[in-house]
Amino acid sequence: MSALDATGEELSVRETLRTALREELARDDTVFLMGQDEEDGGSFEVTADLYEEFGRDRVRDTPISETAQIGSGVGAAATGLRPVVNVSYSDFIAICFEPLMNQAAKMQYMFAGATEMPLTIRAIEGAGFNAAAQHSSTVHTLVSHLPGIKAVAPATPRGSKGLMKTAVRSDDPVVFFEHKNIYERTGPVPESEDFTIPIGEAAVLREGADVTVVATQQLVGEALSVAEDRTDVDVEVIDPQSLSPLDTDTIAESVRKTGRLVVADESPLSYGLHAEVATRIAENEFYSLDVPIQRVGVPDTPIPFSPPLEDEVLPTAEEIGLAVDRVV
Amino acid sequence: MATLNMTDPSDQRSALRRMLLIREFERAVRDNFADGEIPGFVHLYIGQEAVAVGACSALEDDDYVTSTHRGHGHCLAKGMDERTLMAELYGRRDGYCSGKGGSMHAADLDEGMLGAQPIVGAGVPLATGAGLTAQLRDREWVGLSFFGDGAFAEGQVHESINLAATWDLPAIYVVENNLYSEGMTYEKQHNVENLADSAAAYGIPGVIVDGMDVEDVYDAVAEARERAARGDGPTLIEAKTYRYRGHYEGDPQPYRTQEEIDEWRENRDAIDTFAARLREAGVLDEGDREEMQSAVEADIEAAVEYARDAPFPDPEEAYDDVFAEPNPDVEYFRERLGRTGGADP
Repeated sequence: MSALDATGEELSVRETLRTALREELARDDTVFLMGQDEEDGGSFEVTADLYEEFGRDRVRDTPISETAQIGSGVGAAATGLRPVVNVSYSDFIAICFEPLMNQAAKMQYMFAGATEMPLTIRAIEGAGFNAAAQHSSTVHTLVSHLPGIKAVAPATPRGSKGLMKTAVRSDDPVVFFEHKNIYERTGPVPESEDFTIPIGEAAVLREGADVTVVATQQLVGEALSVAEDRTDVDVEVIDPQSLSPLDTDTIAESVRKTGRLVVADESPLSYGLHAEVATRIAENEFYSLDVPIQRVGVPDTPIPFSPPLEDEVLPTAEEIGLAVDRVV
Repeated sequence: MATLNMTDPSDQRSALRRMLLIREFERAVRDNFADGEIPGFVHLYIGQEAVAVGACSALEDDDYVTSTHRGHGHCLAKGMDERTLMAELYGRRDGYCSGKGGSMHAADLDEGMLGAQPIVGAGVPLATGAGLTAQLRDREWVGLSFFGDGAFAEGQVHESINLAATWDLPAIYVVENNLYSEGMTYEKQHNVENLADSAAAYGIPGVIVDGMDVEDVYDAVAEARERAARGDGPTLIEAKTYRYRGHYEGDPQPYRTQEEIDEWRENRDAIDTFAARLREAGVLDEGDREEMQSAVEADIEAAVEYARDAPFPDPEEAYDDVFAEPNPDVEYFRERLGRTGGADP
């Protein structure tokens, strides 16, 4: 069943993530959650009530020590546990980049497979809250650049459930990015406790014949609204869901049909996810393209505080629409 | 802001007034944030005023301080103007950071404020660096870092203090132990009773002060500043204090009781304690505090009016100051996105 004909209970992204984590905690006693304020639900209350249900051995507060949070997660993962570590705002990954980049990412390889790394890191990213430069960053392309780390950033409740389950069950390190502006987004979620989505599988959320828009996180909703509003052009919307590895085939297949590609992602534009998607299509579907690929993102600034400034640098539905105009 | 002499009655009154100003500023932020006028996240300093005022009153104008996410008190105590600070919180062009920073990044290098700092612990190495500049360039200033008990669990805090201790840098580390790290109790974060005890690990003095007593804080920082200025290196000062509001405005605070908050407010309030002491000493006459309170209320009301009336920045100002020089990549992407040509605010 594809994302197009998804059925199930209507749930929000937040409820879906909480349910997925609750089910995995119940299913496998090596799974545990840790993070700042995790016992009270963490930032944005994704894990609310889980401490009451499972106790401190399974859901625990950490000191404000991102390096130790991730580093001890790596050590626990290498020695038999399945940690889910919340670093709160993704900006804080900067503090714990060492155990992420040098340990979690490389240990399996350096030790020639002598250990597995069943570590999930949750990171809350994205702008739109006037939270200023150090609580609004989108860093998923930075993480996706690391060999040995898998990165996912689903936009829908369905994708959130399927990929959280897969991330927790995976024997590889997965960074799970949650955009803070989509926790309230609702959608149908398959009920099975074993519903999973493979890492590296994109979701076609709307079929269209004229333009392919690959959009992530909050911008999936913006792309879908553009697609619904436009009567002059038939837009296909794809949520890659996984950023690394990336589902090149699904995007390439779409571009073979449409001949036009727009990539919308909240990362800074230089060296971003946009560039990776565009390169793969240029490598594989150069002759399918009718026009140059268009990118929509943040024009290489940090995220400013003041509402008119933040609005200025953030990508919008309007800009996706303008990019669509440029390719048709 | 000028250094105060805490044995001078006039300066004692100034210290009280600064504490009242900070509290009134924070009350206005609380109310106007709740009303939706102030965007983003705010973290209030109410309860801890004695620490910022006591410490900054012992500093010289050229000294640098770094602050935290709970930074308004440090900004005002170091001499920043309440109107310009309020305008920054409102996201206005006339704010200290032209609206780019907001509450969590307020800064004014002219007043020696190297920045509020919402990455927990991240201000500590920056103040250390200000001390390094002083040492290498023979400057008279010291670097003082305010940080919380929560930050004491961060690696960069310990790395910085160790570095400063090893190099005898003119630095002062003021950890404001308000008993809560975000929504977590002290006991969940630390295994020592006193954070100042950790000073032994760096081979520097560790001093515990009553963070609800502005004079106690002042005395410790004045002594630490003398030590730093002599070239004898840093001091770690733990100020035992208490925040009256939640970690952030809107925090439901399941981690503590109203009774606990009331106990601190009613029996240990820094402003009440200091005002009573000044009255007993004859420094404050009957009605003086009320008069001072009315004056700071008028100042803060004027600050709010100033902020409300100040213009927002133009959207294209978002592209200024990414670098010292214009960045061709920013311009390239603006053009590609069709953002040049100036959208209306």
